[in-house]
Amino acid sequence: MTEELFIQGNEACAEGALRAGCRFFGGYPITPSTEVAEYLARNLPKHGGSFVQMEDEIAAAGSIIGGSWGGSKSMTATSGPGFSLMQENIGYAFITETPIVIVDVQRGSPSTGQPTMAAQGDMMQARWGSHGDYEPIALSPSSVQEYFDFTIRAFNLSEKFRTPVFIMADEIIGHMREKIVIPDKIDITPRVMPDKENFLPFKNSDEVNPMPSFGQGYDIHVTGLTHDERGYPDANNPKTHDILVRRLTNKILDNKDEIISVEKSHCDDADIVLVTYGAPFRSAITAVKDAREEGLKVGYLKINTPWPFPEEEIKEIAKTAEDIIVVEMNLGQMYWEVERVACSQSNTHLIGKIGGELPHPNEILSKIEEIGGK
Amino acid sequence: MRKEIRIAGFGGQGVILAGIILGKAASLFDHNDAVQTQSYGPEARGGASKCEVIISDEEIDYPKVKHPDILVAMSHESALKYMLDLKDNGIFIIDPGRVIESEIEDFVKEHNITLYRAPATETAENEIGLKIVANIVMIGAITKITGVISKEAAIKAIEDSVPHGTEKKNIEAFEAGYNLV
Repeated sequence: MTEELFIQGNEACAEGALRAGCRFFGGYPITPSTEVAEYLARNLPKHGGSFVQMEDEIAAAGSIIGGSWGGSKSMTATSGPGFSLMQENIGYAFITETPIVIVDVQRGSPSTGQPTMAAQGDMMQARWGSHGDYEPIALSPSSVQEYFDFTIRAFNLSEKFRTPVFIMADEIIGHMREKIVIPDKIDITPRVMPDKENFLPFKNSDEVNPMPSFGQGYDIHVTGLTHDERGYPDANNPKTHDILVRRLTNKILDNKDEIISVEKSHCDDADIVLVTYGAPFRSAITAVKDAREEGLKVGYLKINTPWPFPEEEIKEIAKTAEDIIVVEMNLGQMYWEVERVACSQSNTHLIGKIGGELPHPNEILSKIEEIGGK
Repeated sequence: MRKEIRIAGFGGQGVILAGIILGKAASLFDHNDAVQTQSYGPEARGGASKCEVIISDEEIDYPKVKHPDILVAMSHESALKYMLDLKDNGIFIIDPGRVIESEIEDFVKEHNITLYRAPATETAENEIGLKIVANIVMIGAITKITGVISKEAAIKAIEDSVPHGTEKKNIEAFEAGYNLV
């Protein structure tokens, strides 16, 4: 039987985590993400899981890496200031190929900024926040239902590719209430463990390596140093480093088609295409409907997975659209990715809204009218 | 049909819960679409607190309320603060025991607002004997006046939202509010 609930975005995320099999949450509460922690503090113990409030976000990120190596699907939730503190451990999770889910409910920034107001200012931090070469996966929900669905998908992707996955939500989607439908059957990607004999946890293979756990009889060594296939440090060997880091990035890049998700509408005949993700999509879709009523040829492309960036999908749009307008709640982050990919074919424009409120559909419509869209 | 509703009062009156119940009734039990949002700033802890609900028979895209069709004010401060956003020809429901009418009269006339009086606090105290159910009394009044949710859906949503064991008192409160106007 499907189940219907009228709940808050952050609660839907937490419920999605439970359904996906999350059994460890380590975190440090921060507005506007706190409801994720509160919900899991109440409900994880009922499902045999554990909730730990850590002393800060550095420790929170460390705790979920430990939780995951201990065999539990693990997550944390934070906002910009906490996400900044987590960056060092995020790099550690990438090089150790630790499946974790980190929810960032974005708020006005930089620094402590606007705790109760929305923003999308952490998109590039999700891409490049930790040092070194790596390929993150990030999902951005535009509704409470998507926040639930994408949380499940985040866990599945993190297990499948043995990698950290970010959910880049925002205060608006985090705090609003809508109906969600929970299907009776949900596809869950289980943790796959290797055979106890002759396994190589960091094998140079095209396949993602099964992940051993501590306390299960495996002899394993986990390090942030460049390591060989056994996990032992080999930091002075250029070849070992080259093989390791290329394997880590390629396991994402070679599977882009499976990971990337976009939603398009009215693009076939569109002169202007709006590109958005997260909460501003809700304004953009109204603007597209209003523009179409005025006879303007406008469509939208909604990015569900900002990272890896959907280059091919944007290129496809750029072939036919004269103008692309990126609508986001920062002064231009994903905009530059769109510009990089589309600039030779389309004019790119930015509606970059800061201050904490959604861009109003009329603001977008004005820009559409200014550009033309006939 | 998209209806935007703002319920305002001071922190502690239960305006947030009232909005959640409206949204739940509309979406889960009337099978319309609904979005509920609320203020999260320091004003949520006293002063003027507000909760907003959009109800529509179509999918709701833009989820925020700018100019509500319906404003419900359970305190004078919130009435003055939020009435300026109310749409012309809109519906304004006040708790007359809480709102000084002489101070909103001119606005109501100028903008052709239809004013309804629902003495929710007084009814909660005198008829139910519990001041804290004033928000549920108000839901009764909103349901009757506006028809944005059905009576059946409202009752189911209340039963689904209030603490276990308090359902009966809350339904009484709803009925009292429904019969006020």
